[in-house]
Amino acid sequence: MIKITTPVDEKLIKSLRAGDVVHITGVIYTGRDAAHKRLCELLKRGESLPIDVKDAVIYYVGPTPAKPGRAIGSAGPTSSYRMDPYAEPLLKEGLKVMVGKGSRGEEFKQLLKKYGAVYLSAIGGAAASISETVKKCEVVTYEDLGAEAIHRLEVEDFYAIVTYDSVGGDLFEQGVAKYKRI
Amino acid sequence: MRKIELADVTAKVRSMFIDACENIPANVLERLKRAEREEQSPLGKEVIGKIIENDELAADKRLPVCQDTGVAVVMLTIGSEVVFEGDIYEAVNEGVRQAYTEGYLRKSVVKHPLDRVNTKDNTPAIVHVKIVPGDIFKVDVAPKGGGSENMSTVKMLIPADGVEGIKKLVLDTVFKAGGKPCPPVIVGIGIGGNFEKCALMAKEALFREIDDRSPDPIAAKLEDELLEEINKLGVGPMGFGGTVTCLAVKVNVFPCHIASLPVAINIQCHAARHKSCTL
Repeated sequence: MIKITTPVDEKLIKSLRAGDVVHITGVIYTGRDAAHKRLCELLKRGESLPIDVKDAVIYYVGPTPAKPGRAIGSAGPTSSYRMDPYAEPLLKEGLKVMVGKGSRGEEFKQLLKKYGAVYLSAIGGAAASISETVKKCEVVTYEDLGAEAIHRLEVEDFYAIVTYDSVGGDLFEQGVAKYKRI
Repeated sequence: MRKIELADVTAKVRSMFIDACENIPANVLERLKRAEREEQSPLGKEVIGKIIENDELAADKRLPVCQDTGVAVVMLTIGSEVVFEGDIYEAVNEGVRQAYTEGYLRKSVVKHPLDRVNTKDNTPAIVHVKIVPGDIFKVDVAPKGGGSENMSTVKMLIPADGVEGIKKLVLDTVFKAGGKPCPPVIVGIGIGGNFEKCALMAKEALFREIDDRSPDPIAAKLEDELLEEINKLGVGPMGFGGTVTCLAVKVNVFPCHIASLPVAINIQCHAARHKSCTL
């Protein structure tokens, strides 16, 4: 298990390899389809972003409403491939870590090599457990999007698995090749 | 005639959805525990262990198992001797509205598929009604997540494709989906009927209990064979590679046209949330 703190260390990120288990501690930002669309529109117009994505972690999640006394509701990852079209503009701004679930396009994997970034998986459907690692949650912007607003999360030992690394390693390909019997 | 109060239907639907979102059925949890023992990949084993830990924590602390608390799917089985006053669909929707707004569940429904404005109460539900003889009034509910639903498919095969064609379609669908539908999955398959009937049968197949078996011998054989073959695909828990990709295969069949072999495949994630009750 490898510990990662935010803002992330570029060298550490580049040293990660597909299959490594990591624990993230620090600040991560949430964003799904609608928020990504808005962020990329800002960049297209040459405007600055409402969050600093340099050396940051973005987690693809739309949590349930928090029950009284809890920092956040259940908060598991959503499928990441839908965010592929928005990846490059944010990587250009220095984004280093994206967390979600499921496979993504070939082009996206090439971008990780180009920008020295990684894609991690959280465990889909482990939303209640994941919520236990979130200590604080506040809306940064796009409150009108509800669960899809950009939230700033303070996390402690957030569990994730390196899925695509910055040198072309792909856990899905490696894992399936090892166990395919048909 | 037996009278059903729609207020009771609303109250039942409300409590069933909250309950379903927080509690994975005991037989699904048992199946996951068996999968944890059987999984050959160490990472896959660890992933299933974390899923089980999550499901037990959710039940214990009354939290939704998954943040995707789904589109509300409701199947009503109504006896022909049952009467009620008013709009049964509205009674169901009111139950869904209350569950999602008062039960801390995520609202995941947009009013129009193209302008995509959230309805903010997770209505409307998708309601299917079956009329049967007698005075039964049965409600089955399932919050159905988007990730696994997006990996589902319908294909109009031809009779010559036969069992082999169906198997190829199922294996291709599950393999291509990889980790996206949150494996280990349950695969619901509708074979026969026509275009819309097979899709509904695939959904109904997912409403069956995880440990049952089709009473149709041909379908039951196909369930066994497909389960074994899917688990040879190597996809594994969350797609990271492994020997448990699928927990169960459910095949429902119906007569069809001499020229057709309609097949629908509905994928269910490991959070197989489902509740059933008779009023």
